[in-house]
Amino acid sequence: MSATFLIARRELGAYLRSMIGWVIIAGVLAVDGLLFNAFALGGGDKRSSEVLSLFFYFSSGTTMIASVLIAFRLLAEERQTGTINLLYSSPIRDGEIVLGKFLSALAFLAIVTLATGFMPMLVMIHGKVSYGHVAGGYFGLLLLGSATLAIGTFGSALTRSQVLAAILSACMVVAMLVAWLLGRITERPLSEVFSNLSLHGLHFQPFQAGIVHLRDVVYYLAVTYVALFAATRVLEARRWR
Amino acid sequence: MIQVEGLTKYYGALAAIRDLTFAIDRGEVIGFLGLNGAGKSTALRVLGCVLLPTSGRVTIDGFDVVRDPHEIRKRIGFLPDTPPLYTEMTVGAYLEFVARLRGVPSGRAKARTIEVEERTATRDVHDEVIGNLSHGFKQRIGIAQALVHNPKLLILDEPTSGLDPVQIVEMRQLIKGLKGEHTILLSSHILSEISQTCDRLLVIQGGEIVGQGSEQELATQMGSGGYLEIEIGGPSQGEGRAPVEKALQAVRAVAGVLSASVIREEAHVAQIKLDAPAALCPQVVRALVAADIDVMRVGRGSAQLESIFLKLTQTGGQPS
Repeated sequence: MSATFLIARRELGAYLRSMIGWVIIAGVLAVDGLLFNAFALGGGDKRSSEVLSLFFYFSSGTTMIASVLIAFRLLAEERQTGTINLLYSSPIRDGEIVLGKFLSALAFLAIVTLATGFMPMLVMIHGKVSYGHVAGGYFGLLLLGSATLAIGTFGSALTRSQVLAAILSACMVVAMLVAWLLGRITERPLSEVFSNLSLHGLHFQPFQAGIVHLRDVVYYLAVTYVALFAATRVLEARRWR
Repeated sequence: MIQVEGLTKYYGALAAIRDLTFAIDRGEVIGFLGLNGAGKSTALRVLGCVLLPTSGRVTIDGFDVVRDPHEIRKRIGFLPDTPPLYTEMTVGAYLEFVARLRGVPSGRAKARTIEVEERTATRDVHDEVIGNLSHGFKQRIGIAQALVHNPKLLILDEPTSGLDPVQIVEMRQLIKGLKGEHTILLSSHILSEISQTCDRLLVIQGGEIVGQGSEQELATQMGSGGYLEIEIGGPSQGEGRAPVEKALQAVRAVAGVLSASVIREEAHVAQIKLDAPAALCPQVVRALVAADIDVMRVGRGSAQLESIFLKLTQTGGQPS
C-alpha cells in the first residue's frame, strides 16, 4: 500500500510541476466560467436550484474531458520515456502501479473540480440552495470523473504513444456516453441495458439535482474497478511480450 | 548467485534470445558482450524482472524469476539502456523516491541518497532538476538509482553508452569501485571497457552465447592464445642467416608454439614473433639459450579482444 501512496504522491507532484497540469486547471475554469455565465445565469429568470443543476450538467462535460486529458499520459508516458522499467524492476505489484497512478489523477481532478467551487458559492450568496445539493453534485462529478479517469488509465496502458492513448481513451469514453442513444433506438430489454450502461444520462441526472442513489454510486465505482483491473492485466501481459 | 538454464525469450515469432545457459558467482563482475540487437538487453531485462521468460529457468539468490519476482527485485538494482529518470524531479527527491519504492525505510532513505550521491559524484547536483543535467550526470544518476537500496546484484545495461572518453574512464572507475560489494552484470558493445572491468565475459550473438570466459580463455578457445615477441642477437658478419634459422628451429620445437616467423631482420638484431600463449615464455627462452642464441628482449601480448570478438560473432563460436 505504501508503494501505491509513493507513486501517487510523485505523480501528483509531476502534475503540479508540469505545464499540462496548469493548462488543464486553467482550461476547466475558463470553460466552466463561460458556460456558467452564458447558460446557468443567463437566459431569463431561474430558480437557484435550476442554476445549480445546469452548472453540474455542463461541469460533468468539462470533468469528463479533463479526465481524459489527465489520464492519457499516466502509463503511456512511463513507457515512452522508459521509466516504467523503474517501476517494473521494483518490488511492487502491477496493481499498485495502476492504483497509484489512478489515485494521483483522481486527487488532481479533485483539485481541478473543487477550484470551480466559487460558482455554486455565488449562487448560494445570491439565492437559496441547500448545501446538500452542492455536495451531492460534486460527489457525482468526482464519481463520473473517477470512472472516466479509470477508462483513461486503461487506454493509457494499451500503448506507448501518448497521442494514441488519448484517442483510444476518448473513443472509449464517447462510446460509453452514447450508449443511451442505442437505448433509445432499441427494444426492451436491450434498451434498458444500454441506457443503464451509459456513463452519463441515467446515472448522472440524479446527482445534478443533488440526489445520491446507491445504484449510481455502485455503477461508477464498478466502472472504475473494471477499467483499473483491465489496466493492471494489460500491464502484467506486457511482461510476457 | 545467478543460475540461468535454457533461457528463451520470444517477441512474437522472433526469438530474441535462445537457450541461454550460464551461471554467475557472488562477487563476480560479468560482461555481456554483443553487437546491437544480439539479445543483451533482453537477457538483462529478464534478469532484472522486467520481462518474463518464454521458457527456461532463471534463479537469482535461490529465487525464481517467475515465482518470486518480488524477492529478486529487492535484491537487484537495474539500470536499463535508457536511465529511467523522472526529468521533472530534483536528483535528491528522485533518489529518495526510488529508495522508498525499493523498500528502504523512510528514516534511512535520506542517508542512503546522500551515500549514493557521494559514491557516484552527483552530490553537487542534489538540488538540480534532472531534466537540466548533462547526459553524463543522467547516466550516473541512473547508476545511483540502481545502487540506492544497496542491492546484492547490479544489472547495468550499457552504462557507458553515449559518454565522452573522460566520462567513460570515470564510469569504469566507478564500476571498479563497486566491485567486491556487489555482483555486477553489465553489457556493452565496446570491447575495451568491458575487458578492463570484467572478470569474465559472455559473448552473445544472435540470441545465443557463442563464447564465455576471461579474455585469455576466449583467445585460447579461438585458437589465438596470444603471442610472444622475441628480439635475438642477429647475424653478425659472415654468419649469414644461420642464427635466425637456428632460433626459429629451437622455438618451433617447444611444445605449444603454433607458429613462429621473423618480423624484422637487421644486422645484429632480429625480431621473431611466436603464436603461443604468454605462459610459454620461460620454455621458449630456455630453448633459445640452449641453442646458444642471445636473447635481447622478450615481449608478450594477448590477442586483441576486438579480433576475438569479431571471430566469435562471425563464426558463431566455432574455432576458425
